[in-house]
Amino acid sequence: MQKKFKIEVDCANCAAKMEEAAKKIDGVRNVTISFMTQKMFVDAPDERFDSITKEIVKACKKVEPDCEVYL
Amino acid sequence: MSKKQKRLLIRIVIAAVLLIVLHFIPVTGYAQLALYLVPYFIIGYDVLRKAGLGIIHGEIFDENFLMSIATIGAILLGVFGQNSYAESIEVMLFYQIGELFQSYAVGKSRRNITALMDIRPDYANIERNGQIEQVDPDDVPIGSEIVIRPGERIPLDGIIIEGASSLNTSALTGESLPRQVSVGDDIISGCVNIDGLLRVKVTKPFEESTVSKILDLVENSSLKKARAENFITKFAHYYTPIVCIGAALLAVIPPLFVGGWMDWISRALTFLVISCPCALVISIPLSFFGGIGGASRAGILVKGGNYLEALASTRTVVFDKTGTLTKGIFAVAQTVPVEGISASDLLETAALAESYSNHPISRSLREAVGHPLDASRTQEVEEIAGNGITAKVDAKTVAVGNARLMERLGIHYVPNQEIGTVIYVAIEGQFAGSILISDQVKPTSALAIQGLQAQGVHTVMLTGDSAAVANTVGKQLNIDQVHSQLLPADKVTQVEKLLDEKPEHSTLAFVGDGINDAPVLSRADIGIAMGAMGSDAAIEAADIVLMDDDPNKISLAMRISRKCLRIVKENIVFALGVKLVCLVLGALGQAGMQAAIFADVGVMVLAVLNAIRTLRVR
Repeated sequence: MQKKFKIEVDCANCAAKMEEAAKKIDGVRNVTISFMTQKMFVDAPDERFDSITKEIVKACKKVEPDCEVYL
Repeated sequence: MSKKQKRLLIRIVIAAVLLIVLHFIPVTGYAQLALYLVPYFIIGYDVLRKAGLGIIHGEIFDENFLMSIATIGAILLGVFGQNSYAESIEVMLFYQIGELFQSYAVGKSRRNITALMDIRPDYANIERNGQIEQVDPDDVPIGSEIVIRPGERIPLDGIIIEGASSLNTSALTGESLPRQVSVGDDIISGCVNIDGLLRVKVTKPFEESTVSKILDLVENSSLKKARAENFITKFAHYYTPIVCIGAALLAVIPPLFVGGWMDWISRALTFLVISCPCALVISIPLSFFGGIGGASRAGILVKGGNYLEALASTRTVVFDKTGTLTKGIFAVAQTVPVEGISASDLLETAALAESYSNHPISRSLREAVGHPLDASRTQEVEEIAGNGITAKVDAKTVAVGNARLMERLGIHYVPNQEIGTVIYVAIEGQFAGSILISDQVKPTSALAIQGLQAQGVHTVMLTGDSAAVANTVGKQLNIDQVHSQLLPADKVTQVEKLLDEKPEHSTLAFVGDGINDAPVLSRADIGIAMGAMGSDAAIEAADIVLMDDDPNKISLAMRISRKCLRIVKENIVFALGVKLVCLVLGALGQAGMQAAIFADVGVMVLAVLNAIRTLRVR
């Protein structure tokens, strides 16, 4: 499944680091974060999609505590 | 300004005022430290908090952490009498000013660019029980009738069932000339109705309408990142740790030999300030976003920063002929009447004779006449398959057809040698003249080729047409290389050959109308499709879509991409250059922390302002 989420992140470097961290999560096929449009695109297998997105949010918060992901 | 930004601004002002006031308060020792810590915490508490969280999460090369170490270090140096406490607060202050500016400027340009691309309709007018109601376009099913008043944006794709108007398509195509529409015409969402009331039957649900597809495409474009953007994030990934290690070495090694620990530690702290990469990283996505936004305002949809980047190094542009350089519609190109007959009479006679036929050629004849014809003037129509038509027009016997018809009827005619379809006309058994019908070159095609050649681009035309037609068009447009009589598969082979021949480090773009050249579009480095105002196949297959089918937009797109890439390179070189200079000066003790942070914020401001230039296209 592929899905886009709205996010809130203040610095471009943090966005890049969040993307990098999210890509490392097991099961993730692809994650792209657009700092300019404040969107996160997630591609992951259907059956684990929800748990994977939750993990992504956790990883993002770890890199940048002030970020917000609207699931 | 957002709430967050306002809060930060207030903190900056308070800290700055306190800093100035403290300057005039004559206290020393720990009392002074305590007083200075007040503005320090006011301005830096969030940085310190995030630094703490960073440590817990093992993120030691986080810029909050680096800023905290640098400023706390500066305060400690102050305790030992090496520094003034003010320095530390100034650094934090400048850093926060930079953050505020960055968030404000980026937010503003983000809004500006998205406003450019905002073609989203807010509502649709639906008629219920004689009352017009405003509903969300998402809730309008196919087949419903909607009303579009003058000045309103068309919310959904549909077909006009009542009314006539002119439409402003500039948001979609960049074309400022209004388009005339009337009953039976398909209209697409995103255009603005200028003057007439329209009643429209909806043909597509909102999520499949043109406007949704374009919005989706533009939004996704920032997810496809250019090499330059990936380079800079990679760079930042290594840059920060390396500079930090440099700082550690600078703090320890030189003083072992020359002494002066405090001085070297202070230089090392300057290094930590310089190691923050944000100024470097911010300008790249902003530049590409601006470039894509500027292009979409001109009716050029670019599906990603990577394509914009590739377009900048295009040295070969391959065109499909029909529908790309030519209109793909047959039209009367020339009328050659014999003496004593006017061109308009010749056309009218031919069109009348053909008035019962629906063949494309008959239609182009009728279109060339330009006014409605009275079909009752035509009688006794007889079609001679493969040859043409004989009929009585205004009670005169008229024969309209190809050369074979003239020969069959034994009429002496003057052959027309031009390229295209030639129609011969005879009246009462006497040759009256010939009419040439051909596919017409688009008015901007010559300009398009010229514009590309001026930018040093090699132009190639591929077509399935005969060599005669292809060479005529090729000569007319002054195209560098022409290949004719190609089957669709041959086009792929030909493009592959051209891909092998292209200059190194350059890219090849293929321009087609997207109808049956999807394989070629995807084989080329960059596929550019004539969008035909929303043709699904074209939008799907291509990397760049020209919304108004104007080939001249290609050179504009290239100019935009080159400008964008130039700005990206300027920013990379400039930001890196300043960082390097600061590192050297910092190591030599010539630049302190304030200078370093000031340079950093300055670089970022300039880089952001430079990036915004991408939005302006000519």
